Amino acid sequence: MFYREAGQFKTSYASDQAIFPILQDRIGIAIILAIAFIAIPVFGGSFFLASVMIPFLILSLAAIGLNILTGYTGLVSLGTAGFMGVGAYACYKLSSLYPDVSIVVWIVVSGFFSAAVGVLFGLPSLRIKGFYLAVATLAAQFFLQWFFARVQWLYNYNPSGAIEVPKHTLFGIAVTGPQATPTARYFVVLTIVVVMTWFASNLVHGRIGRMWMAVRDMDIAAQLMGIRLLDAKLMAFAVSSFYAGVAGAMMVFLWLGAAEPEAFNINESFLLLFMVIIGGLGSLIGSFMGAALIHILPIILRALPAALGLTIGSATVEHLTFMVTGALIIFFLIVEPHGLARLWQIGKQKLRVWPFPY
Amino acid sequence: MDILYKIFIDPFVQMGGAPDLLLQTLWEGLVGGMLYALIALGFVLIFKASGVFNFAQGIMMVFAALTLVGLYEKGVPAYVALGLTIGVMYVLALGVERIVLRPLVNQPDIILFMATFGLTYFLIGLGEVIFGGNSKVMITQQLGLPSGSVSLEVLGGFVSMQKIDISAAVIASIMVAGLGVFFQRTRIGRALRAVADDHQAALSVGISLNQIWVIVWFTAGIVALATGIMWGARSEVSFALGTIALKALPVLVLGGFTSVPGAIVGGLIIGIGEKLGEFYWGPLVGGGIESWLAYFIALGFLLFRPQGLFGEKIIERI
Repeated sequence: MFYREAGQFKTSYASDQAIFPILQDRIGIAIILAIAFIAIPVFGGSFFLASVMIPFLILSLAAIGLNILTGYTGLVSLGTAGFMGVGAYACYKLSSLYPDVSIVVWIVVSGFFSAAVGVLFGLPSLRIKGFYLAVATLAAQFFLQWFFARVQWLYNYNPSGAIEVPKHTLFGIAVTGPQATPTARYFVVLTIVVVMTWFASNLVHGRIGRMWMAVRDMDIAAQLMGIRLLDAKLMAFAVSSFYAGVAGAMMVFLWLGAAEPEAFNINESFLLLFMVIIGGLGSLIGSFMGAALIHILPIILRALPAALGLTIGSATVEHLTFMVTGALIIFFLIVEPHGLARLWQIGKQKLRVWPFPY
Repeated sequence: MDILYKIFIDPFVQMGGAPDLLLQTLWEGLVGGMLYALIALGFVLIFKASGVFNFAQGIMMVFAALTLVGLYEKGVPAYVALGLTIGVMYVLALGVERIVLRPLVNQPDIILFMATFGLTYFLIGLGEVIFGGNSKVMITQQLGLPSGSVSLEVLGGFVSMQKIDISAAVIASIMVAGLGVFFQRTRIGRALRAVADDHQAALSVGISLNQIWVIVWFTAGIVALATGIMWGARSEVSFALGTIALKALPVLVLGGFTSVPGAIVGGLIIGIGEKLGEFYWGPLVGGGIESWLAYFIALGFLLFRPQGLFGEKIIERI
């Protein structure tokens, strides 16, 4: 009733290939974009922008990257945080070597460095599959983290071993460094994430995306149909690492402001994998939902005891947060193993047939 | 040329020049590898019987050790605490089977893997809520484990060994042998092997999968407890130990996910390789290569045998 394709005829190939072929989808996306670009910066406080929205968007982008690899191509990776680190350090080096170039350019360019490293560590995927590959990507994770800590050139011989982000401006407004307002940073992050999501959507719905999905569903069959496994898998690693690298660069430059190698540790990789799985494997909107759940849940849990008027020590709250997060992860997996994206699909179907049950 | 000399010749000259140092390094690698092997053993037990890649094995080890020490600090005598901890591990196995595994039966591997990831979070939180976040000292003496060290005179030098390491080696060997007997000679062991072979066939001859899962998780819990005691005695008991357990993953890929001997051999290879690499080649790149060397060793092996040393051959058909 509310969400029905019937009567919406497509009269040209272009309209048939549109990303959002249904009118209601286009309206929905327009509303979401309006909220994101207008309502949230106007009504959201600076805490909300800086600690909820910016991390959420950046983590979503990283989750999209991992989803391309794990959800669309079926290659499990536990090294995403390492690739994010490559992006962050590449962006730091590039922007300190050539400070005159716009920081947004360097954020995007650093993705290419990450993609190159991703291809390198993706090479074993041709011979190794499943959990064996997951463990192989751990090699990337631990090696890269060690590399960031050990090679002093990467952090400009800073005695603290951390990278600190200087001030960069865009159109005369500070977007990085301590002076940048959350609103300015939010707009940069939002724009990059929207553009890259649009790009990813085109990619996974096109020829390349279908190639990846064929490899995921059965790689031998895909090979027999004339898909080159080498190209498909390495391209998935490259695109995935590109997204992770851009997300990593944004994480340091637009969110944290400074980072140590510890920021890209194994737990980050696991959390990203979890966002992808709880959101829905092979679904872009699921990446956003998963990132929202995993990032915002602990924030709510931490604020909950105070809001309820309970007095619990902060250490205990931290421990309880861990416990509840773990329990909720298991709960969500039991209730909906196909992720939140599946719930969204079920909801759409309900809207389609409403007021009838089916 | 100089760098090639440093990589390919110099370390071996050092080894030949000081054989006692080499033996010492080998011994330390052996002990470290044995502990990796024990964690990997817990993984293999669960993977074989239920196909679950149990990420929580490392945290189960810490949780078991923490329960033991925590109970002792609350005034329970050491041996009673040991018994109680075994009881706790049984309750944990029951709970995991009832609450996590049973509703998730027949789901893809990655979902089950992620569920154990949730379990990891839960156990970390639970352990810290009950016993506090501080690291604790393992009660080795109260459990009657020896302390101090012995020195052996070999090849014109001394090799010093911690007594606790020697006893750890003995306990580990006994445990592996015991598990071997348990698997090969008992009724339950035969049922376990049947389940590992084929879930459906095992069900059809009347083996209760749920019961078997409780048993393997309990067995893995006991292995975790033993590992926790030994590792806790070497450093201290805290959740930081859980990340060391990630080292069991390269051990697993090296040995093959389904092979008990593979876990042992893989553990020893990784342990020794890691220590030798760190000691002789580490200084070339500034040290600290222990954190990733194990993964590269495993990766190297995988390129030649994608199913691991003792793993079952992967046959793919359309």
